[in-house]
Amino acid sequence: MRALAPLPVLLPFELPARCVPGDAGFVIPRAVFTGRALALLLATFALSLVVGEALAAPGRPGVVETILKWVPVIFTGFLFNLLVSVLAMGLGTFAGAGLGLAQISPVAPLSRVAWAATQFFRNAPWLVLLFYAMSLLPFQLTFAGWSAPFPPWIKAVVGLALPVMANVSEIVRGGVQSIPRDQWESAESLAFTRRQTLWLIVLPQAVKRMTPPWMNLYAILTMATPLISIIGIADAMTLTRGALSAEGRPELLIPMYLMLLVWFFLYSYPIARWTVRLEEKYAVNI
Amino acid sequence: MPSTSDSSPRPQAATEPIVSIRDVHQSFGDIEVLKGISLDVPKGGVICIIGPSGSGKSTLLRCINGLVPIKQGSIRVANFNVHTLKTDQEKIALRKEVSMIFQQYNLFPHKTALANVMMAPVHVLKEDQDEVRQRAVALLAKVGLSTKQNAYPGELSGGQQQRVAIARSLAMRPHVMLFDEVTAALDPETVKEVLNTIQELAREGMTCILVTHEMRFAREIADDVYFTDGGVVVESGPPAELFDRPVKQRTRAFLSQIL
Repeated sequence: MRALAPLPVLLPFELPARCVPGDAGFVIPRAVFTGRALALLLATFALSLVVGEALAAPGRPGVVETILKWVPVIFTGFLFNLLVSVLAMGLGTFAGAGLGLAQISPVAPLSRVAWAATQFFRNAPWLVLLFYAMSLLPFQLTFAGWSAPFPPWIKAVVGLALPVMANVSEIVRGGVQSIPRDQWESAESLAFTRRQTLWLIVLPQAVKRMTPPWMNLYAILTMATPLISIIGIADAMTLTRGALSAEGRPELLIPMYLMLLVWFFLYSYPIARWTVRLEEKYAVNI
Repeated sequence: MPSTSDSSPRPQAATEPIVSIRDVHQSFGDIEVLKGISLDVPKGGVICIIGPSGSGKSTLLRCINGLVPIKQGSIRVANFNVHTLKTDQEKIALRKEVSMIFQQYNLFPHKTALANVMMAPVHVLKEDQDEVRQRAVALLAKVGLSTKQNAYPGELSGGQQQRVAIARSLAMRPHVMLFDEVTAALDPETVKEVLNTIQELAREGMTCILVTHEMRFAREIADDVYFTDGGVVVESGPPAELFDRPVKQRTRAFLSQIL
């Protein structure tokens, strides 16, 4: 069957070495299925704690003890990062799905505008978009005599949602275009309208192909949420920096940032594994 | 190969054509694919179009149900002037009348066989779900796939998928069916089951236009055979004449290659 394969959708591919065959003959990189990456990270973290303890000046509280003192505060910040990631992903997916469908619209002006918007936001640095969102959005929304505050962290969510929107737009376009033309043609010959074909036949198949890259995008977004600390929002990164300057002990620097890294890793690692599982599951012949 | 149908005569074809094609031209870019094709199919008639690859056979079928617009000429199917249809609504009305079966079956892979058959009547014709289900079950039985109702296309053989595709088309109650090399992608063993299904349809009086490379089947089933080459009809006539006493040199050359 013919299939256009525009990035960034998932199509079956082959890896030469160090691979195990999955169901349906699909191959999965072996590394993903070993906990080696996690073990390595945890070992590094443990080592940094040991080194930190050794470097600690005598008579002062130990590194582990000091870190544990800060964990509740920083972890709250980490949960805030996750909240921002979920909201930005939701908003970006909603807007991006619309933009992606507009990109494949037969109405030429609409598809061209959607294409341009997608390219603009996809190729702009995330941090620059964040700064724009912070400075261009109003501090409160006023609509028909009713007004609501628009706090900085909401602006940050919007700022992060912009590149997510553009990437989702491409995932949707690519996913729809990866469904063979034959499906459109056979639906057309059965008297389905374009809209019916899209919603009943093409999208249900395309969504399966879009899910893994979409989850991948979410993992990338989660990793990018500490960017909001640069624009002055108190996330886990800001709180860690604050804790470090309050303690003023250089031996804490590496262990504390590694702790943050471990948290992010523990959060996105299952997502990555789940993504691979889905890729495997959906690698059926369509 | 299916047995000859001498023992069970088909209903006599009426004289008034249900499909009438006049001087159809079609080109893709600078390449002219159809250079003035004309043919008539009476109601209940079965015609086979044969010819070398690239002679425009499949394109002609796509023109007949309006998937591809034509550059010149006229196509009339039942009460529709296909070449003048503009709006989607008009084309949809035509496609309820004319159904097409593809070489690659093109079933919807995310739906079961039964759901594939039910989809168009439910969503396009807006018919009652339960009533459509009964009809779909009956149609799958008709093509010999009662046990495969809940199988997904990926779990079916090529021949089974093609028979589901035929049931799916029949669910729309078309009056004309177009078959585009429907056995070309099949194993030799499964070709027969599909041809038997088509033969049964023809016997019941369905108007069929087949593009095929199955010459023995064409000889058995067709009322008229059209040999096309280079975008024109080189020669046409009842199968006994065209296959046994071809007049044109080009027809003879083609038949000697494949028979």
